[in-house]
Amino acid sequence: MSGMFVHNLRLGAASLRRNVLLTALMIMSIGFGVAASMVTFAVFRAVSGDPIPQKSSRLFVPLIDNRGPQYNRHGEPPSALNYVDAMALMRAHKAARQTMLFPVGLSVMPDDPHRMPFKAVGYATYSDFFAMFDVPFLYGNGWGGEQDDARAPVIVISRALNQKLFGGSNSVGRQITLDDRQYRIVGVTDTWDPKPRFFDIFNGNLYADPSQIYIPFTYAMTQHIDTYGSNNCGSDGKRGDSWDSWLQGECVWISPWVELDDAAQVQAYRQFLDGYAREQRDAGRFNWAPNNRLRDVREWLDFQHAVPPESRISLSLALGFLVICLVNTIGLLLAKFMRRAPEIGVRRALGASRADIYRQFLAEAAMVGLAGGALGLVLTAMGMLGLGLVFEPQIARLAQLDASLVLLTLLVAIVATVLAAFYPTWRAAQVQPAWQLKSN
Amino acid sequence: MDILPILSTLRRHKITAFLVIIEIALTCAIVCNAVFIINQRLDRMSMQSGIDEHHLVHVLMADIGVTKDQKARSQEDLATLRQIPGVASVSSVMQVPFGNSSSNAGIKLDPKQNQPTLNATLYSGVNVVRTLGLQLMAGRDLMPDEYIDFDDVVRAAAAKDAKSVPHVVVITQGLAERLWPGQQALGKQLYISDWPLTVVGVVKELIRPYIENDAERSYSMILPMRESRGEYIIRTKSPQDRDSVLTAAVAKLKEINSHRVVLKKQTLDEMRHDFFQNDRAMTGLLVGVCIALLVVTALGIVGLGSFWVAQRRRQIGVRRALGATRSNILRYFQTENFLLATIGIVLGMVMAYGINLLLMLHYELPRLPVIYFPVGAVLLWIIGQLAVLGPAMRAAAVPPVVATRSV
Repeated sequence: MSGMFVHNLRLGAASLRRNVLLTALMIMSIGFGVAASMVTFAVFRAVSGDPIPQKSSRLFVPLIDNRGPQYNRHGEPPSALNYVDAMALMRAHKAARQTMLFPVGLSVMPDDPHRMPFKAVGYATYSDFFAMFDVPFLYGNGWGGEQDDARAPVIVISRALNQKLFGGSNSVGRQITLDDRQYRIVGVTDTWDPKPRFFDIFNGNLYADPSQIYIPFTYAMTQHIDTYGSNNCGSDGKRGDSWDSWLQGECVWISPWVELDDAAQVQAYRQFLDGYAREQRDAGRFNWAPNNRLRDVREWLDFQHAVPPESRISLSLALGFLVICLVNTIGLLLAKFMRRAPEIGVRRALGASRADIYRQFLAEAAMVGLAGGALGLVLTAMGMLGLGLVFEPQIARLAQLDASLVLLTLLVAIVATVLAAFYPTWRAAQVQPAWQLKSN
Repeated sequence: MDILPILSTLRRHKITAFLVIIEIALTCAIVCNAVFIINQRLDRMSMQSGIDEHHLVHVLMADIGVTKDQKARSQEDLATLRQIPGVASVSSVMQVPFGNSSSNAGIKLDPKQNQPTLNATLYSGVNVVRTLGLQLMAGRDLMPDEYIDFDDVVRAAAAKDAKSVPHVVVITQGLAERLWPGQQALGKQLYISDWPLTVVGVVKELIRPYIENDAERSYSMILPMRESRGEYIIRTKSPQDRDSVLTAAVAKLKEINSHRVVLKKQTLDEMRHDFFQNDRAMTGLLVGVCIALLVVTALGIVGLGSFWVAQRRRQIGVRRALGATRSNILRYFQTENFLLATIGIVLGMVMAYGINLLLMLHYELPRLPVIYFPVGAVLLWIIGQLAVLGPAMRAAAVPPVVATRSV
C-alpha cells in the first residue's frame, strides 16, 4: 500500500513536470490564496484571541448605571464606575475576589542624578489584582490586603523596569522614587502583557506598551494621583473644582473586576448589584430602575468591539480570495487531468481499477497542494514581514509565523487542493477504456 | 457572429463553463466591494483638518509631581518658545487635531433641554485660531480680554458664578450648519450644561482630535480659556524650520525647568500620518488583494482557455478546412469568453450587492454607488478578453490540415 502510494507520488511528480505552465499556474494560485488567508488569519488570531483563556469565564466587569436613561447611549450604563460605586463594591466584598483599577503615569527619578527622569505607566489597583489575573512573579509577590487597608506606599514593578533600574537583580525591599514619592518594591512581575489588555478597555489601551508599575489604589487616593486615562463625566456631568468633588461626583474613570467561580455566584452577584442600585434609588441618588451589567471577559471584549473591524473584513476578504483560488484550481486540474484521457484509457484497459485512478490523481493533487503550500509559506513569511508596513506596529508585532501557523498553511493548502481535485478526479475515473482506445 | 453554436458547445462543457462564470462572478463581487472600501478610506485619509498642517509642530511636557506655579511657568515657556528662530506663533493648548485625546461637552440649544442636541469637542488656548492657521469665515477671532484661566473657569462653574465663565465661542462651519441649518450662526446662543455662549466667529474647518464618527468630525468649538498644562502648538515660518524648531523647543523647555519629561514631540504631518495608520493599512491590504484576485482570475481564464483550445484542435481544423478564416476562429473564442464573462458579471453584481448589504449591516458602510457596476463590468470584460487572447490566437493558428490527422 505504501509502496503504491510512493509510486503514485512519483507518477504525480512526473506528470507535473510534463505540463509546466498548468502546474505553475496551479501552484501559484494555491500559494497566493493560502498566503493571503494565512497572513490575515495570523492578524485576526492575534487580535481576537482570548487573552486569559484559563479564567475568562470567571472574571466579570460589573457596571452600574449612575446616569439614568436620559443620558445613556442606547440604554447602556457607562463603561466604568465612579468612585462612590467602586468603593461600595469593594466594601461589600461580595465576590471571591475583586479589584478596581485605573491607569497611572508617574515619572521615575533614577538614583543616579546624571540619568534623565522618565515616564512609567501602569495601574493603581487592589491586592487581588495579581491573583485574579494570574500575574506571574519573578521576585517577591503582590502586596496583601492589609497594605491596601494601610494605604501603604508599596509597588510592584515589571521585569523590564527592573532590568532598566536594577540591572535585573532582585530589587524586592529596595526603594524607588516616583514623582517625588518613595515606594518600597514588594514584587517584580515576570514578562506579562495580555493582548488585548482586556482589563483596561475603558481607556482604549488594548495594544498599548506593557505596563511597568502597579501601586495600591488606596495609596494613590491619599496622594491625589489622578487617572492617566479617560475620565468620562457624561454629557451633562461636571468634574467640579476639587479632588473631593470629583470623587463624590458622577464622573466614571474606574474599571471594576470581580472573580465569580460558578453560576450561583454570578446569580448572587447580579442580585447584589440590583439590590445596591435599589438602595441608591431609595436614598434618592438614582431615580430609575436598576440597570446593571455583569459581563465576563469574552462578552466584554465583544461588547467593546475589541477586535478591529479591519482585521475581520480582511479575513473574510482573504477567505473569499482562497475560494476563488480553489475554483481556479478545480478548473486547472480538470484541464490537466482531461488532457490525459488517452493515458487513463490505456491504464484502465491494462487492468487499473477506478480506485487506482482515484488514488493516482489525488496523490498528484496532493503534490500540487504541497508545492502550493511551500510557495504559500514563503509568501506568508514575506507577508508577515510586510505587516508592519500595513497594520499598526502594536498589532503587527503580535502576529507571528510560529510552528502552528506553518503547519496550518501546509495543511490548508493540501486539504484544499485535494478537495478541489475530487471533481476532476471523478471525471478522470469516468473515462471509458474502450472508447479512448478506439478513438486512437 | 452566430451565438447559437457557441451556446450549444458550452452546454456540452457545463462544468468548465460554470467554473469560469463562478470565478468571474466572485472576483467581480469582491473587487467591487474592495474598491469601494478603498475609495472610502482614501476619502477619509484626505480629510481636511482645517489647520495649516505643514507649518505646525506639537510638544507635550509633563511635570514630575505637582508644580505649584503652573501659570507663571507656562508664560515663561511661551516667552522662550517665541524667541526660537523660525517660530511664527505659539499657543498653550488643551488638545490638538490628530492627538487622539479630546475633551468634549454636550451642547444644547435650549437650557431646559433634557438631552443635549449633540456632542462637540472643546479647543482652547490663547491665539489658537492664528497659531493653527484656521480660516475665519464670519465674525471675529476671540479677543485678548475675553480669555480666562482654565482653573478659574472650573472654579467659577463649580461655584455657579456666571460672570467668570466664558461667554463667547468660535465654532466651525460644520457645527453651525448642524445647529442652525441654513441660518446665520453669528450672534446665536448655545449652552454647555446651563452656561450660555454666544457665537462670535465661524471658522471653515477644525477637526476633532479623536474621531469616533466621521459624520461628526467637524463638531468643534474654541473657547476663550488660557491653558497651562505644558502642551504647546508651535507654528513655524516655513516647513523646513520644523525639525530645528522642534529640537530647539525641547532643549529650551528642559533648560528652563528640568523637573519634567517630554511626552510627545512631533510635527503635525507625523501626527496625521499616525492618525490614519489603520486606513492606510486597510487600503494597502485591499489593493494587494484586488490585484492578486484579478491576476489569479486572468490566469484561470488562460488555463481553461488553453485546455479548451487543446481539446478542440480537431474541430477547429475541420472548421478551417470547411472554409472558416483565422479571424472567424479568433472571434469564436473571444465571443465565447465575452458570453461567459457577461453571465459571470451579472451574477457577480448581484453578489456584490449582497456583500454590500452585509457590510452596511455590520460595518456601517454606505450603499455601493451604481457607477461601480458598469465600471466593474467593463474591467472584467477587458481582463477576460486579454486573458483569452493568447489561447484564441493559438486556436486561430491551428492549420486546416489537422482535420486530416487522426491524433
